[in-house]
Amino acid sequence: MSGRVLVGVKRVIDYAVKIRVKPDNSGVVTDGVKHSMNPFCEIAVEEAVKLKEKKLIKEVVAVSCGPQQAQETIRTALAMGADRGIHVQVTGKDYETLGPLQVSKILAALAKKEDAQLIILGKQAIDDDCNQTGQMTAALLDWPQGTFASEVSMEGDKLKVVREIDGGLEMIKINTPAVVSADLRLNTPRYATLPNIMKAKKKKIANVNPADLGVDLTSRVEILRVDEPPQRQAGVKVETVDDLVGKLKDTGRI
Amino acid sequence: MANPLRAEVVRLYKNLLYLGREYPKGGDYFRDRLRAAFAKNKSVEDPEKIKEMIARGEYVARELEALYYLRKYRAMKKRNITNLTFGLLHIKILSLQ
Repeated sequence: MSGRVLVGVKRVIDYAVKIRVKPDNSGVVTDGVKHSMNPFCEIAVEEAVKLKEKKLIKEVVAVSCGPQQAQETIRTALAMGADRGIHVQVTGKDYETLGPLQVSKILAALAKKEDAQLIILGKQAIDDDCNQTGQMTAALLDWPQGTFASEVSMEGDKLKVVREIDGGLEMIKINTPAVVSADLRLNTPRYATLPNIMKAKKKKIANVNPADLGVDLTSRVEILRVDEPPQRQAGVKVETVDDLVGKLKDTGRI
Repeated sequence: MANPLRAEVVRLYKNLLYLGREYPKGGDYFRDRLRAAFAKNKSVEDPEKIKEMIARGEYVARELEALYYLRKYRAMKKRNITNLTFGLLHIKILSLQ
């Protein structure tokens, strides 16, 4: 199977940053906060580049939806080995309400437009933990899906996917074209080093409007309120077992 | 002479500087030590020794990449509690009652 792989990459708040909720509880503080590529998206890009290095696919196209800064994320994907990028411009209110449904519609439209054989996504984003985009994209395209992939290999024009599920590993064989969502143990993403970033500056990023793809971005979900999780209470140390039983009785546990 | 190696050394320095920005003890901490390390060996002439030091620098770069990867992997692993983990916890709690 030769052809094109579409890799979706999302710009999220960096995993190491301490998240703060806005004072009006409408969302999370993003201004001036360090952003980077979603770790699962890095794994997805790495897998696509590995497939290209094995000569199983011809071209890796990195796609990101968002405002101007999304281009940085695409550049990182290009530095990791993607051939070209597509920046789907979504700004303002549309971007605030952009969710898996809208993104999967965009990816489905792009997959048809670019004649992609395979879509690889991260299994979920670390900011919303939705774990929906891959599944929705496959449903919209009526393509088979290999989600939570911890191993992907090609056998002819079929895809063998080992999935991480409750209770262990499941191996499935699916037809292509297909959608794969990457889990943590799929591979070890390479670091985008400075020389690669310089080389990637020559690669092209195309700008696309969701309207041109015929995608309606209206959200069916409205965020009412965002709160911090409750503070963890400090534990209490007791001296003897009797103390422990006494304390448990006090709090009504026994 | 040392001239073709100079480009390599500069390239290595820039790469390490870039990688060092995310160093856990702070980008400044790393940068100061990087500059000190390169400055200390400024006067070395022998191309063999220079190549050796470049190799050592590239080793440090790989170590940094591994450090960053492990940190990220461990953080992701800790956060992504799967249904299986919840299932096991549930069984454990039931068995205690």
